[in-house]
Amino acid sequence: MTTIKTFFATPWGIISVGAFIGVFAALLQKWGNPANMGICVACFDRDIAGALGLHRAAVVQYMRPEIIGFVLGSLIAAYAFREFRARAGSAPIVRFILGAFAMIGALVFLGCPWRAALRLAGGDGNAIFGLLGLIGGIWVGTLFLKGGYNLGRSQSTHTSVGWLLPLTMLGFLVLMLIFPQVEGQDKSGVLFYSLKGPGSMHASLFVSLVIGLCVGFLAQRSRFCTMGAIRDFVLFKQTHLLSGFITLVVVAFITNLILGQFHPGFEKQPIAHTMSLWNFGGMVLAGLAFALAGGCPGRQLFLAGEGDGDAAIFVLGMIVGASFSHNFGLASSAEGAGPHGISAVIIGLLACLFIGLTMRKEVA
Amino acid sequence: MSTIVDARGFSCPQPVILTMNEIKKVKKGEIVVLVDTDTSKENVSRAAASQGWTLKGVEPEGTGYRISISKD
Repeated sequence: MTTIKTFFATPWGIISVGAFIGVFAALLQKWGNPANMGICVACFDRDIAGALGLHRAAVVQYMRPEIIGFVLGSLIAAYAFREFRARAGSAPIVRFILGAFAMIGALVFLGCPWRAALRLAGGDGNAIFGLLGLIGGIWVGTLFLKGGYNLGRSQSTHTSVGWLLPLTMLGFLVLMLIFPQVEGQDKSGVLFYSLKGPGSMHASLFVSLVIGLCVGFLAQRSRFCTMGAIRDFVLFKQTHLLSGFITLVVVAFITNLILGQFHPGFEKQPIAHTMSLWNFGGMVLAGLAFALAGGCPGRQLFLAGEGDGDAAIFVLGMIVGASFSHNFGLASSAEGAGPHGISAVIIGLLACLFIGLTMRKEVA
Repeated sequence: MSTIVDARGFSCPQPVILTMNEIKKVKKGEIVVLVDTDTSKENVSRAAASQGWTLKGVEPEGTGYRISISKD
């Protein structure tokens, strides 16, 4: 057990986890998930919001089992290695707002950092602008961190506090089992399903859930984080997490080549648009919000699984942000940015600047 | 005489930033860092090593860890 525990803290540990995610994200695409979207935490949280009817964009409604698996896999790993620690109370409202704006930014680009990597690995050149935006946003975040920005201490709390998001995810899974997808119908019981579009494309529940659980388990152990990868390099010149992120891209690229899923170009890429400035701008907002909140969307799910109630609030903020994105016409489509997407990015950046500039408490 | 950095309750990357700030301030000697998650323990240990500091010991304390690092 100790050997396994220390392995994941080594460079080979994080590299093997990046490789695992790269292979299985590409395979999930072959097994039914949307193109260049084997795993996308932003898109999948958005699909969950759709499945619950929080927004009614007909093409993006599906209770993604990968997300459920991420949280529960992390919970299992945290208990197996005695790391589950319920904690909460570090500026929850700020984390909620950051989660919402992170999602709004990510949906202007059309993807979280994981999907940005997978889009690049699938040949989508537009992802380059998204990744540059992500780096830019995180870089701005590091300036705030250097200036003393922090959200204050969390407190240890009742174990059950840490269980609430995992239990919510378990509840979502139960809903899926009670109200399974019915061929040709857009609703089953309380859950919405897509008949066309990305929401209708998915691997089987079992495959998605098992891969989600494995990724959740491994990522909890290795602390895999795409935002941390870039932040730690900018702040400390540390390449530990970065090696995992780069491995994900390379391995997903190789897997795509083998599976015939690599199609280089900018035009007509799956679930993507070519407005470079807003591919960039959306991810500046997302990157800055992730940096201020201390983790990429995936990492927030894994933290929530190991008892972090503040990360759980960020996750809920993302689901609500996704709902606003589609209800208000903020999310992009293949045609380009949504009617109010650009205004939302600007408002989001102002909100992040307000948070970053005003929340600098001296450490007591 | 070692200085104590209390990073308990802070999430990533604050424990590392606090440790690095202290390392820059004292330049050498001994620093004790208090953290409350395994992630922070790993990150602080890794950061200290990258600055040429030696990890002298990690002991459980309360629900977290007491990490001692030093540099001559």
